[in-house]
Amino acid sequence: MTSTSPAQPAEKHVAPQADHGDPARSLVARIAEGRAWLFLAGLLICFEVWSRLAFGATFVLNPFNLQSIAIFAVAPLLLATGQTFVIISGGIDLSLGFIMGLAAVIAAHATNMAGAAIPLPLAMLAGILASVIVAGVPGVINGLLISRLKVPPFIGTLGMFGVARGAAFLLAGGTTVPVQNSWFALLGNGKFYGVPYLVLITAVFVIVMHYLLSQTRFGQHNYAIGANVQAARRAGIDIRGHILRLYVLSAMCAGLGGALYAARFTAGAAQAGEPLLLDSVAAVVIGGASLFGGSGTIFGTVAGALVIAVIQYGLVFVNVEPFWQFIAVGVVIIISVLIDQAQRRFSGARQDE
Amino acid sequence: MNSTNQNAPLLEVRNLSKHFGAVRALNDFSMAVRPGEVVALAGDNGAGKTTLIKAISGVFQPTGGEILLRGQPVTFATPQEAREKGIETIYQDLALADNLSIGANIFLGREPMRKAFGFLPVLDRKAMAEAAKATMGRLDFHVSRLEAPVSNFSGGQRQAVAIGRAVYWDAQILIMDEPTAALGVPEQRKVISLIHQLKAQGRGVIFISHNLQDIFAVSDRIVVLRRGIQAGERKISETNHDEVVKLMVGG
Repeated sequence: MTSTSPAQPAEKHVAPQADHGDPARSLVARIAEGRAWLFLAGLLICFEVWSRLAFGATFVLNPFNLQSIAIFAVAPLLLATGQTFVIISGGIDLSLGFIMGLAAVIAAHATNMAGAAIPLPLAMLAGILASVIVAGVPGVINGLLISRLKVPPFIGTLGMFGVARGAAFLLAGGTTVPVQNSWFALLGNGKFYGVPYLVLITAVFVIVMHYLLSQTRFGQHNYAIGANVQAARRAGIDIRGHILRLYVLSAMCAGLGGALYAARFTAGAAQAGEPLLLDSVAAVVIGGASLFGGSGTIFGTVAGALVIAVIQYGLVFVNVEPFWQFIAVGVVIIISVLIDQAQRRFSGARQDE
Repeated sequence: MNSTNQNAPLLEVRNLSKHFGAVRALNDFSMAVRPGEVVALAGDNGAGKTTLIKAISGVFQPTGGEILLRGQPVTFATPQEAREKGIETIYQDLALADNLSIGANIFLGREPMRKAFGFLPVLDRKAMAEAAKATMGRLDFHVSRLEAPVSNFSGGQRQAVAIGRAVYWDAQILIMDEPTAALGVPEQRKVISLIHQLKAQGRGVIFISHNLQDIFAVSDRIVVLRRGIQAGERKISETNHDEVVKLMVGG
């Protein structure tokens, strides 16, 4: 502004600036948002072509393949749904893998113990319930460490990673715990019109979690906290209570994952979730969430988990040495993050102009 | 002083003091803001401006003195209480969640819900968007893409969103801490025009700025702080830059 005499009012109305609604930006943004589904489609096409060339057989249209991929995706996806909430809030939960193992061991023990006293179907439910509730305990501790004692999520959950690991192996006596319950085995291996029960349960659970993230205050506050915790605090959101509930929720997701693992293998194993933790983070990142917090969706994570499952199953299917899985998943993670960065740079440049 | 006093100022601060140990950050300070009045708060760094607004907005308790709202003495244990009484502070670092829409920011922490399929509580995004549109319209600020996250908007537009939130929740007194800092010149003008809108709506504004141009463009009165005490108070129409600077530095 040039020098103004004291009484002169400022310009009454300045036209609002353009909304930056230009098509190029929204196209890039849309590709970035849907990148996990694009990856998934691309992978399915690749494996289809490969399978037809190598074996003259279809890959995608084979229901056995689809079932196997879906079953493959169940456990990492359950961990990843909880992880999605945590990552959107700007945190990370490294303890989920061993919370899942702990829950699997608890599910096996509790089902066996209850089976001695009550009918088998009820014993199965008691076992699942017990594992989910017990899984909540490390979640409470994580939440209190992070919200009250201001321990960084990375460190707090890393500590819990060790604690849950040790507790799970101690409870399992260093071995796997077989489940003696025919209903539990049926739950883990039965199908409903060709769809495995595990996949149905996971699908319903994922839809409930999508609702929680996208349609409730809890979900909305989660995004706000991930983007600007100061703003959320000033808006009157109970940050400490939210963070506590958040880590309990993610631990309970892992608990359900552990229970379903025990059902699938009719045994609880402390190391059930060990290789899945990083897959869960990878699924969230491939699904479009930013590790800086504030963005991500449950359905993106579903696509991310399916991408990983398709790579793992597909490479086995086409007879490639299994070690290539790690390379392929790693490359997808890196590409995914590069797309995220490119989109950020693009929208960032517009913001600063 | 009783509640029926119609002529009482919106906000009055009487003999307010805030001591941190031996440091007297604010000492026996008094000022008032009337409806539709913009009062600029000027002073060098460390003069006590921030201490004053934190005492008024409930961030901390004053050591002595009183705060009156429409003639009624009030105390705030938390910023939340101050906000419920209609005192909203708009910080220069913009208390917005950049990834949320304008509506979601206006309603952050107080989101409206509706029942989907007659039973399932879900966020009422339509109500949020409509309220956002109406509120921003009242500020003469028209935005077409109500679902876009506020990170897509410019600094001045985001400042308008923060002001819009205060207006929606019917804040009577807005404390604006350096609202034009870090903005380009056209954006500064936009914020200045927003403050004129607030004034026209009969709200009281406490405007903190280092920029005398802006202060003179928008304020009715200026109160100068120096080392925690009130160094002077002038009507904008009866003073000039030189006099204000002298008050600030103690000439």
